[in-house]
Amino acid sequence: MSAVIENHHDDHHHGPAKGLTRWLYTTNHKDIGTLYLWFSFAMFLIGGAMAMVIRAELFQPGMQIVEPEFYNQMITLHGLIMIFGGVMPAFVGLANWLVPMMIGAPDMALPRMNNLSFWILPFAFFILLSSLFMEGGAPNFGWTFYAPLSTTYAPPSVTFFIFSVHIMGASSIMGAINVVVTIMNMRAPGVGLMKMPLFVWSWLITAYLLIAVMPVLAGAVTMMLMDIHFGTSFFNAAGGGDPVLFQHIFWFFGHPEVYIMILPAFGIVSHIIETFSRKQLFGYSSMVWAMLSIAILSFVVWAHHMFTVGLPLAAELFFMWATMLIAVPTGVKVFNWIATMFRGSITFETPMLFACAFVVLFTFGGFSGLMLAITPADFQYHDTYFVVAHFHYVLVPGAIFSIMAAVYYWIPKWCGNMYDERLGKLHFWLSFIGVNVTFFPQHFIGLAGMPRRYPDYALQFADWNMVSTVGAFLFGVSQLLFLFIVVKTVMGGKKATDQVWEGATGLEWTVASPAPYHTFTTPPKID
Amino acid sequence: MLLKYFGKFQYLSIAALMLIANPIKADWFALNMTRGITDISNEVFELHMLIFWICVAIGVVVFAVMFYSMYAHTKKKNPVAATFHENTKIEIAWTIIPFLILIAMAIPASKTLVKIYDDEAGDVNIQVTGYQWKWQYNYLEDDISFFANLSTDADEIYNLVPKGENYLQEVDEMVLIPVGKKVRFLITANDVIHSWWMPDFAIKQDAIPGFVNTAWTKVDVPGIYRGKCTELCGKNHGFMPIVVKAVEQNEYDQWVSEKKDMAMKLAELTTKEWTTQELVDRGEDVYALNCVACHQTNGEGIQGIFPGLAGSDIALNDKEKHIEILMEGVQGAAMNSFSYLSEVELAAVITYTRQAWGNAENGDGEIVIPKDIVDYKQPKI
Repeated sequence: MSAVIENHHDDHHHGPAKGLTRWLYTTNHKDIGTLYLWFSFAMFLIGGAMAMVIRAELFQPGMQIVEPEFYNQMITLHGLIMIFGGVMPAFVGLANWLVPMMIGAPDMALPRMNNLSFWILPFAFFILLSSLFMEGGAPNFGWTFYAPLSTTYAPPSVTFFIFSVHIMGASSIMGAINVVVTIMNMRAPGVGLMKMPLFVWSWLITAYLLIAVMPVLAGAVTMMLMDIHFGTSFFNAAGGGDPVLFQHIFWFFGHPEVYIMILPAFGIVSHIIETFSRKQLFGYSSMVWAMLSIAILSFVVWAHHMFTVGLPLAAELFFMWATMLIAVPTGVKVFNWIATMFRGSITFETPMLFACAFVVLFTFGGFSGLMLAITPADFQYHDTYFVVAHFHYVLVPGAIFSIMAAVYYWIPKWCGNMYDERLGKLHFWLSFIGVNVTFFPQHFIGLAGMPRRYPDYALQFADWNMVSTVGAFLFGVSQLLFLFIVVKTVMGGKKATDQVWEGATGLEWTVASPAPYHTFTTPPKID
Repeated sequence: MLLKYFGKFQYLSIAALMLIANPIKADWFALNMTRGITDISNEVFELHMLIFWICVAIGVVVFAVMFYSMYAHTKKKNPVAATFHENTKIEIAWTIIPFLILIAMAIPASKTLVKIYDDEAGDVNIQVTGYQWKWQYNYLEDDISFFANLSTDADEIYNLVPKGENYLQEVDEMVLIPVGKKVRFLITANDVIHSWWMPDFAIKQDAIPGFVNTAWTKVDVPGIYRGKCTELCGKNHGFMPIVVKAVEQNEYDQWVSEKKDMAMKLAELTTKEWTTQELVDRGEDVYALNCVACHQTNGEGIQGIFPGLAGSDIALNDKEKHIEILMEGVQGAAMNSFSYLSEVELAAVITYTRQAWGNAENGDGEIVIPKDIVDYKQPKI
């Protein structure tokens, strides 16, 4: 019997297929993870180039480089591309690479759907970007696309935008279902729920959030489509509709969405801090409960984005209090990270540098978030650069730093080579300085009264805008160094050991470096 | 190597210095929220500072511990890590203490919010309507109505002439309010969502088509206060500022009676005999304030979004349709009804667009007089 199996075994070739079709037809979680990661990096550079246009225009007061119409297209596409094309696919790529290896599974549970969920993404973004060349230009109503600016008053390309969002949503939902099914069914014997690595936990929760809210987004854009082409009036006041309804629906999606972009980061940072402190993570179960509470609370705080739309007093009070509550589990996470470092045996390789910067700068974003939760103060902050500073602090040195940390941390496992530590540290310091020079002054500009989404501004905002632009270009250029480092590591470098990092624990570090094309075809033994 | 880079940086820093030395008002100290000039805005400012300092205090404690470990617990100084990984007491403490701090913040915040939500009627009630891209003000008691447009010159925006002190913060007509009176703003919009923000009063209310939001203020200090639109409303979102002037009661009363006189004179113009040239001249001004943003100075519009008027069939040969479009707007498009303009303004701007850009030569060249608009407004049988 066993001989027969062995024979059968030998007939298969176990490496990847050759040529381009390898990537087109692949159902291998590692290949698909790689595709997602490269795709998100390409989108990060495109969205970043748009940010450079925005900052260049804001370098000085007056209109210099672009016209306000085009400026509005840039802010819209920058937001959409960075969120749906940059951060989200990067996390899905990391989930593809790591979740099966961390739970001792041979692959994702639904490999063909995995292929589909990736390969529809390039089409979604091709459609979105092609709207730049359409008559009337690309979507110009901000990534939040409030009706009726995005319906009655939108350029004709809005229909393509809607189609593109539908495809992105389908991709995300498929990716999320795949993650949930994999984690629920394919854990190796002995990997109980409360033994799962935190990155797996964070993605399980994120996937449920995605499944819950992406259909809501699809509903919102479908209603827009009906309003634009089929004569309905969901959001058109003149036809008996309600423009505020759009915002309720959008933010019911939008607030969980912002946690979709940060929960996997919590998972990543927990692993990195644990490894480089050479000490077991402090408060594992409270970390899990904190993420669950954040996820549940995310469904009851959406109207804090809408404090100025004229909600009744009771609603303002409820959403203020509920939002403030989120500070408690978030605080617990920060305290746990610091307690993990406390009396550890710390070294500062590049992933740890990014993780430490994450803890500090994400907390800055948390502080400004708490300030924004205070409704009366929010009347002054709302829709100013203070908000821009806040969400860029949680997204750039938050989500994006965690992704960069993850790449440095796991790339030796992915391609078997160590990255260049000197260049990695240089990349970190340039990014760290760039991010702060860009976004810290935006707190000042916002408090002093500059609204967001302004292509031009009054003279008292000139100085700090100039500083912010200088920082943005520093940060932007530094990412080309990141590209160089990644390519250099893929091409060659010092060979990595299987464990890679002295303090690393977890199943992914028990397989060879680079990880073989198929891992854990038989489940590992867990004590 | 270093020298080479230094050379480049030197060039950059000279450029940067030149920019900084630019005589435009340098403001490195515009760092914090304005305290404003009303009781509410002061309360909001105090609240802001309170939360800010609480955050700073928490940050100092938390980061002190973190930086201490980063300094003292490195592998070099502490080769063997401790093994603790939970502590129920401390975990309960750092859940409960933040919760208590939050309650301490929520109490004053809620109190201030209740004050802001006071909905007693005002002494002066002004309806504020957002348009793409200007504000209309209707004084409900006195039947005064006017638009406030950005008055900064396009040449300043396009850097052809030096920028003035109130660059992008000046309008052609200020909103006057009397000091010491409770002023209520009833805020709405005509097309897309705008937001009326006056930092000095700590008022920010979205202007939403189909809704009327309210906000109130009581200003005790006479002066000019500047604010902005804070909800993305299309291409000129950054170019529709708000300027409110608070004046003594007697000055306010005088202004009200002047505005009423002017309205009366405007009404008389409807019955006046108009020449084509008079209409065209007046129409050009109306066009510049209301139409030029979309249809452009040369009447060609923007391809794919805003249709051109130069050579358009309606502007050439269909006077009735032309009037109808301005009065009713175009369903499903950015073109709204302009029936809020006066009969004279409407007649003038229609005449102007039928005469300008060669339209008179290429079409029937018919003019529209104010009486045509009055007739259009008559109930149809």
